[in-house]
Amino acid sequence: MNVAPDDPLEAQIGQWRAYLHRRRAIEGPDVEELETHLRDQVSSLTQAGLADDEAFLVAVKRMGSLDALSREFALEHSDRLWKQLVIVSATDDSTKSNRTEALVVLGLVATVALVVKIPALFGVPLDPNEEVPLFYFRNASLFVFPLLTVYFLWKRGWNAMSRLWLALPFVVGALCVNVYPFETRVMNNAPEPSDTEVLAVLHMPIALWLAVGVAYVRGRWFDEGRRMNFVRFTGELVIYFILIALGGGVVTAFTFMMFGAIGMDPAWFVAGWLLPCGAAGAVIIGSWLVEAKQSVIENMAPVLTRLFTPLFTILLLVFLTTMIWTGRPIDIQRDVLIAFDLLLVLVVGLVLYSASARDPQAPPNLFDSLQLLLIVSALVVDLVALAAIASRISEFGFTPNRVAALGENLILLVNLSGSAWLYAEFLRGRNTFRALEAWQTAYLLAYSIWAALVVLLFPPLFRFA
Amino acid sequence: MDLGKDLVAASATPLVLAILADGESYGYAIIKRVSELSDGHLQWTDGMLYPVLHRLERHGLVASKWGASDSGRQRKYYRLTRQGRTQLEEDRKRWQIVDATLHRIWLKAYSS
Repeated sequence: MNVAPDDPLEAQIGQWRAYLHRRRAIEGPDVEELETHLRDQVSSLTQAGLADDEAFLVAVKRMGSLDALSREFALEHSDRLWKQLVIVSATDDSTKSNRTEALVVLGLVATVALVVKIPALFGVPLDPNEEVPLFYFRNASLFVFPLLTVYFLWKRGWNAMSRLWLALPFVVGALCVNVYPFETRVMNNAPEPSDTEVLAVLHMPIALWLAVGVAYVRGRWFDEGRRMNFVRFTGELVIYFILIALGGGVVTAFTFMMFGAIGMDPAWFVAGWLLPCGAAGAVIIGSWLVEAKQSVIENMAPVLTRLFTPLFTILLLVFLTTMIWTGRPIDIQRDVLIAFDLLLVLVVGLVLYSASARDPQAPPNLFDSLQLLLIVSALVVDLVALAAIASRISEFGFTPNRVAALGENLILLVNLSGSAWLYAEFLRGRNTFRALEAWQTAYLLAYSIWAALVVLLFPPLFRFA
Repeated sequence: MDLGKDLVAASATPLVLAILADGESYGYAIIKRVSELSDGHLQWTDGMLYPVLHRLERHGLVASKWGASDSGRQRKYYRLTRQGRTQLEEDRKRWQIVDATLHRIWLKAYSS
């Protein structure tokens, strides 16, 4: 049946089809079936004397509300919502077919597993009876992130020139951590890595994650929406990684149990192959899963955020009250400092992820006030920690750890103050939520730059101590 | 007359099966048939029929195939399976019990 494209009825039906297609629970053939029904209804109504547009309205009304309809379809076809999470649908007309993508991902996973084993060929093996060589920690992100970047470059289709640019941070990072002559102290007869080396190990992934991000957003880092997508991606990836790791733990436990039962010790396999290759592969697999299920089901990270924001607000408030009540100062040790930094990072994460899931148009609600309370209490905690670090520095001088902690606390302080201010403005209706979102995503750059500084400049500055 | 949600939902399966017992049919025709046979009292929201048909198909009570309609569009035709016929027979007995019981009660109520 050929109909002129400018036929208003056809246009209306086309629009209705498009609405239907957007419902994930109603798939292609069902849309077809429903459309045939709609057309039957329209033609029988027009034969009864109605005009085209009247007939269309009546037919659509009789079809029932799309919400109710897709709910019914979802109930009947609940498998569909999950099926789309992973695998191959033939009708998908996206640029890269899912099957090719699955092959590419499998290839990358195999590659990453091999890359992890390369050092063993050059005399740095993973031995279950010895400590894991520091080499693996220094290079942990270098095993995986370049391949993850390759995956996104392939997926987003990027030109060769920018590929070369993106290789730069990885090369520089690899050179730094492996060429710098870090000192090794001997404590209790065991070699102990120097502070700057530990700091470099900790900060390297944060710095290089930005390179992955640039590949993810296809080079348009300053496009706000895309940056936010990368934030969402990161959160989902962490959750997927943890889930896969839990599964890996089960596999490990069974490996030990079963081979133990026949009197063999699989430790060499678990420590040398299963754990390192599995962990590296899980990052790639996790990224693929996150990409594949995008927008199909509600993201997990914002849900967890909702759950934990009240808990952390209470925790921080109780902690502050207790500290004021008892008058105890914070005891500055290295692990305490790191723990406080992590706490503040977590608060920033909570703010970031609830922002990522929030409809920017929605008016302020109770949860927003709770967020502001969380931010303000985190600010106070941050100030307390900063005061403690500052007094420590003025008393005992600069060490790499203290300077790194100082820098991180300052960065977080600026972020939290900015967020608090923008949140307060938003709650009073003087500013939009988008401003807060923009502030948070713009700030991402600061973390990576600071981390890069710690990796690149701290070791020479503190003479590799 | 509004039959209420529960009654509509409960009667949907036997109605669809019974209509398909007369021969292969498709969604729009089934709805029209139901409307005719009930003198317009049974009005389904059109779209809701399809999840019901898909559920019956999943349970193996009906089978479907795509065919061409008179207008040339693709149309999905449903027919009763052997299992569907058995189910229809059971449904018929159940509804007859309900119908007969109600009938007797009301007969007594009106005759006394």
